[in-house]
Amino acid sequence: MRLITAVLKPFKLDDVKTALEAFGVAGMTVSEVQGHGRQRGHTEVYRGAEYTVTFVPKVKLEVLVDDADARDVIDIIAKAAQTGAIGDGKVWSTPVDEVVRVRTGERGVEAL
Amino acid sequence: MSPHLIGLLADVPEPIGDTAQTYANTAWLLASSALVLLMTPGLAFFYGGMTRAKSTLNMIMMSFSSIGIVSVLWVIYGYSVAFAPDKTSGLFGNLSLRFLHNESQASITNHLFDYAFIAFQLMFAIITLALISGAVADRMKFSAWIAFSVIWVTVVYFPVAHWVFAFGVPISDAKTQTGGAGAAASYVAGTGGWIVSKLGALDFAGGTAVHINAGAAGLALCLVLGVRKGFGKEAMRPHNLPLVMIGTGMLWFGWFGFNAGSTLLANGLAGLAFVNTQVAAAAALCGWLLVERLRDGHFTTLGAASGAVAGLVGITPACGTVSPSGAIVLGGLVGMVCAVAIGLKNKLGFDDALDVVGVHLVGGLFGTLAIGFLATKTTNGIGVDGLFYGGDASQLGKQAVAAFAVMGYSFVLTLIIALALKFTIGLRVTEEAEVVGIDQSEHAETAYEWAGFATGSTHASALAGSTPQRVGT
Repeated sequence: MRLITAVLKPFKLDDVKTALEAFGVAGMTVSEVQGHGRQRGHTEVYRGAEYTVTFVPKVKLEVLVDDADARDVIDIIAKAAQTGAIGDGKVWSTPVDEVVRVRTGERGVEAL
Repeated sequence: MSPHLIGLLADVPEPIGDTAQTYANTAWLLASSALVLLMTPGLAFFYGGMTRAKSTLNMIMMSFSSIGIVSVLWVIYGYSVAFAPDKTSGLFGNLSLRFLHNESQASITNHLFDYAFIAFQLMFAIITLALISGAVADRMKFSAWIAFSVIWVTVVYFPVAHWVFAFGVPISDAKTQTGGAGAAASYVAGTGGWIVSKLGALDFAGGTAVHINAGAAGLALCLVLGVRKGFGKEAMRPHNLPLVMIGTGMLWFGWFGFNAGSTLLANGLAGLAFVNTQVAAAAALCGWLLVERLRDGHFTTLGAASGAVAGLVGITPACGTVSPSGAIVLGGLVGMVCAVAIGLKNKLGFDDALDVVGVHLVGGLFGTLAIGFLATKTTNGIGVDGLFYGGDASQLGKQAVAAFAVMGYSFVLTLIIALALKFTIGLRVTEEAEVVGIDQSEHAETAYEWAGFATGSTHASALAGSTPQRVGT
């Protein structure tokens, strides 16, 4: 099993969710986060003074998937989230040892 | 008595009857007093919305504590220091009216029951102190603010109010004057304050005593206090702009009492001051937004609020001495000037958190000096024409002396008070308290409940730092 994590532009979340649900992903977790990549944020003008905004608002999406689906899910997220402009974010996957469904006690792939 | 006042008195129409006039004036002034009081809660919201969420209660409390402290001191000795008969110096009154124990509720001066004037002037003292608090947002110990409040109104505000608002006349004339003064001045027996009675500078409603005074004090206090952690690096944006707009509305509404009430008469001059106040604030709102759109690319809500307040500040000294057209010019310009002036703090490195200097000091100076150009006899017969109306530069000179005298006195005295407090009880909260939030550290409260998870979770309560668990049994 793998955990797919994506940091995305907030306004693309709905497109990504729709694409993942069409693929058949059962569940996902979303959180509001802040961060920056190679551009190190941006500058903004407030009351005539310029400030650097290092951490830009993003959403973080986490999906647990079977190993066989991992590459497809990454591709779906990357495609749905892409605008081509800077700040589109990243998608990555990490191995997961164990998953337990709390209600039933099912383990592993059964719990996804 | 200064020549311009004599000109003014000659212009006043026949009294409608002494008794009726006295009751009309008193009714208007009591209503105005309530309006001016409302400005301080308005200021609390205006400032409170502009701070970050973690320090909004402290900001609001500085305004409300001003109501508490100044009202009591006013009765004990404040009114007396500001308005008791001054026979010589022109610098301050005396203590003969302490506790108001020599005041009769039936006492009438200049067709106005004295107690209405006492109430009206109290509200000015309250808001002037509260205005300063914008410069010290997020970081001043509340105990130090309380101590500062008591000392500052005593040695700075009460004397300066005397300079500007205590109009002296010979004792024999004190009860017989009729007509509107050129300022929010009461006819007190004796020489009166030096700015209004000797110098003859025009300050209708307190551009010097209120706005320049508070602005200069805010500058001195924030210099001693030091910059907030993150100043110049983080934008420190307002946490609640709708609250700022509510506060702006309350300030604007109350300002009609402040300016039109300062006539001390229910007459046409009050009406003129009312109209001038409205159009100057409106023009300044537009002027500030124009600068923002050209400079930053956006019309901001905060800019609209700041512009309106800058216009109200600018017209305060001039609202009874300029025409409505002059008020539009004055307002439009002061809105633009203040929109630029708030950038000074970033260039010069003083952390005037909520722009007390940029709006009140700069706007107060602008309005006070603008009288030298824009005052006109044709409007209300006050007897002075500014440079734009064929007058000479003498009035501008008087305006400058008054403005810079108040600014210098307030700045130096405030600097001394602030340094004295810094090296005794300390002015500033700890760095940790500042970062966590002054509301929590100084008041043991937070403005908003931020238990982010499902309510009822003890974990969430612990994270939010509020709704603590009861200890013991």
